Amino acid sequence: MSFPERENRKKPAGGEEEHHEEEQVKEKTREILRYCSNGRASLIPVLQQVQENLGYVPETAMVEVARRLGVPEVDVFSIVTFYNQFRLQPPGRRQVKVCMGTACHMKGGNIILDCWERRLGIGVDETTADREFSLERVACVGCCAMAPVTLINDAVHPKMTPTRVDGLLHAYQLEKQQEEGATP
Amino acid sequence: MAAGKDKNEIALNYRKLYQEARVGWQTLRQKPLVLVGTATCGRAAGALETLRVFQNEIARRNLDARAVEVGCLGHCYAEPLAVIYKEPFPPVVYGYVTEGMAARLVEDYLVNDDPCLEFALAALRPNPLLPAFADFPRGQYENKIILERCGLINPEEIGHYLARGGYGALAAALQAQPAEIIAAVKESGLRGRGGAGFPTGRKWELCREAPGSPKYVICNADEGDPGAFMDRTILESNPHSVLEGLIIAAYAVGAARAYIYVRAEYPLAVERLRTALEQAGNKGLVGENILGGDFDLEIEIFQGSGAFVCGEETALIASMEGNPGIPRHRPPFPVVSGLNGRPTVIDNVKTLAYIPPILNQGAQWFKETGTPESPGTAVFALAGKIVNTGLAEVPMGTTLRQVIFDVGSGIPGGKNFKAVQIGGPSGGCLPEDALDMPIDFDSLSGAGAMMGSGGMVVLDEDDCMVEIARFFLDFTQKESCGKCTFCRLGTKQMLNILERITRGQGKPEDIDLLLELAEDIKAGSLCGLGKTAPNPVLSTIRYFRAEYEAHIKERRCPALMCQDLIVYYILPEKCERSCDACVGGCPVEAIYTNEDRLKVIDQAKCVKCKSCLDACPPQYKAVIKLSPPEKLAEYNKGQGI
Repeated sequence: MSFPERENRKKPAGGEEEHHEEEQVKEKTREILRYCSNGRASLIPVLQQVQENLGYVPETAMVEVARRLGVPEVDVFSIVTFYNQFRLQPPGRRQVKVCMGTACHMKGGNIILDCWERRLGIGVDETTADREFSLERVACVGCCAMAPVTLINDAVHPKMTPTRVDGLLHAYQLEKQQEEGATP
Repeated sequence: MAAGKDKNEIALNYRKLYQEARVGWQTLRQKPLVLVGTATCGRAAGALETLRVFQNEIARRNLDARAVEVGCLGHCYAEPLAVIYKEPFPPVVYGYVTEGMAARLVEDYLVNDDPCLEFALAALRPNPLLPAFADFPRGQYENKIILERCGLINPEEIGHYLARGGYGALAAALQAQPAEIIAAVKESGLRGRGGAGFPTGRKWELCREAPGSPKYVICNADEGDPGAFMDRTILESNPHSVLEGLIIAAYAVGAARAYIYVRAEYPLAVERLRTALEQAGNKGLVGENILGGDFDLEIEIFQGSGAFVCGEETALIASMEGNPGIPRHRPPFPVVSGLNGRPTVIDNVKTLAYIPPILNQGAQWFKETGTPESPGTAVFALAGKIVNTGLAEVPMGTTLRQVIFDVGSGIPGGKNFKAVQIGGPSGGCLPEDALDMPIDFDSLSGAGAMMGSGGMVVLDEDDCMVEIARFFLDFTQKESCGKCTFCRLGTKQMLNILERITRGQGKPEDIDLLLELAEDIKAGSLCGLGKTAPNPVLSTIRYFRAEYEAHIKERRCPALMCQDLIVYYILPEKCERSCDACVGGCPVEAIYTNEDRLKVIDQAKCVKCKSCLDACPPQYKAVIKLSPPEKLAEYNKGQGI
């Protein structure tokens, strides 16, 4: 992600589709920016809304935010990279978040993370090629009594075991097959 | 401040709100009432499904009863929890309420009159029918002040809070002078529950006296300690108690704007806070002319973005101002120069929740509980290898042993207690010998730990102390903001050494090097994160040095936890030929059947996931762990393989 070269970089390399996506990002970002007050204090709430809407914070959105709030682009980038919450890559349709709090760790959270990595074939902070799953580790989600836990999107799955990982994946596969079967 | 006319108006307005709520609550209580705990812990265990069954069954049978959502009672080990009020029976708490059980409770208890006591956990109040929580060992110690209403009122219904006398302290406070409130809080001796234990009344006074306006009050709900979930539970179970405390704090220091800084990882807490704020606004408890008086206050929710260091007050302020959360030098303290350079009070969720009860019942009453130096109660989050995981509120000065063995019912599975990790990444691990120490803000520091915000993770004989130290260092190293060299680079070096040790590549000089680095990091860091980051390592070396030495000298993990130092092995003499539970459990097909029709692990394929050990039926217990891995050869030789 190199901001200074932005102007020189050749525009939509990926053709029409990519250009279209970029326009959409711009439009959504402007929509969010319409209702916020000026200045640095709105920076984090605005970026949070961008991520909530788009799933991640793309470069185009960061530039728009910087311009509108009157904050240097580099400062926006510094916020997005400082805080763990912000994502620079689009997430998978199902975001698998493995809790790595103390209680989960002591009850085998790392074994569960290993399992997800092995089954999904990706590492932490990566997304599967079909964009179905992305894998993240999160600090304590406050469900220590149910350790070890995994969050899939917003649903908390308590007392995880390696076989439960397989079970959940199987359930999603079935669900996906049903969806595909329903809309041929 | 408030003129005589204003005072009357405030009292009248509050009286009206209270009576309205009271009528609503009594109507609710006239009929049978089912409360289902749907805080995050309950939801994880399926409480929403349970609630739906209760509601559907009640509707299907056309019963004159209600099922409503409440917060968390603190008995997280038995989630989903339900409380049923039905006259003439005492209110009964049921644990592990599955969907099937919910349906049965409706049929047997609500329709007929059998309270299904075989499912009951306990009654809420002492009664002749069944034991109450107070009759258990736990009840001897528990003293709920801020958790009193958690799990018994609907957090999304302001009426439930009002009907129990909620916002009464606010109404009284608004009729008094701010100085009187500060004096009352000072008199109570309340100390900040965020971990540092600074006297709250003193903080308010400093802020009130500091020049500059506007002034701000911030509620710090950035509960980042892994293993702590007290603030989340309070926000999800009784958000109005925190709001009330916050409004009183703002009135006392003379602030016109208040913020609640919540972790983004707590979506349900944020949602419930928003609802609470909106309802309080509609009732005239937040906003302009609160309760018809002349005090105005705007409250805003600010969501954190997942940086642990933002729990530190100057970093929290930096992040609210739109900067990376990097702490700065103190002084000036935030009470003099905080948000936007203005005087700012930052109080923890629990601290604010104590304010209404203190004002309602008086400073003297508060001081009767706890120790002279640390009055009141402490809320602990019990997690790890403990039977009763969940929340417990006990008086300050209760010993660790009482909390772990009487309140928490000890260690599950007949295992032996090894250590308790208290205070999160800033705290330390205390061994059995330290268990008789009474816990308050100051007592644990001599033993190398701290009470911190109250997260308690219990460890048993299967937990490796080097590994837990490595875990916390890994956490603080990732969360270090990078400002101070010693914290940024020192923790990285310590982590490298600990990783080496857990991999069996430790060197004899490593322990001394760790101790030396720890001192340097403590001395060379600006904020609490760096100053306390080495504590987990220091305390584990102090109490469990032998374990470090076993890792370094013998490449052996005594607790059989460090993955690189163990192998799994199936004892042929115990393996049962007709069983293949382990084969089905293995995710990588590492288990095969040998010519004797016994199961054997292919070490080259094994990923050490422990599935086989869990799958092996308890009557065989054939799967064991060996450390160091070289032991495997001995075992294989013994079998003549």
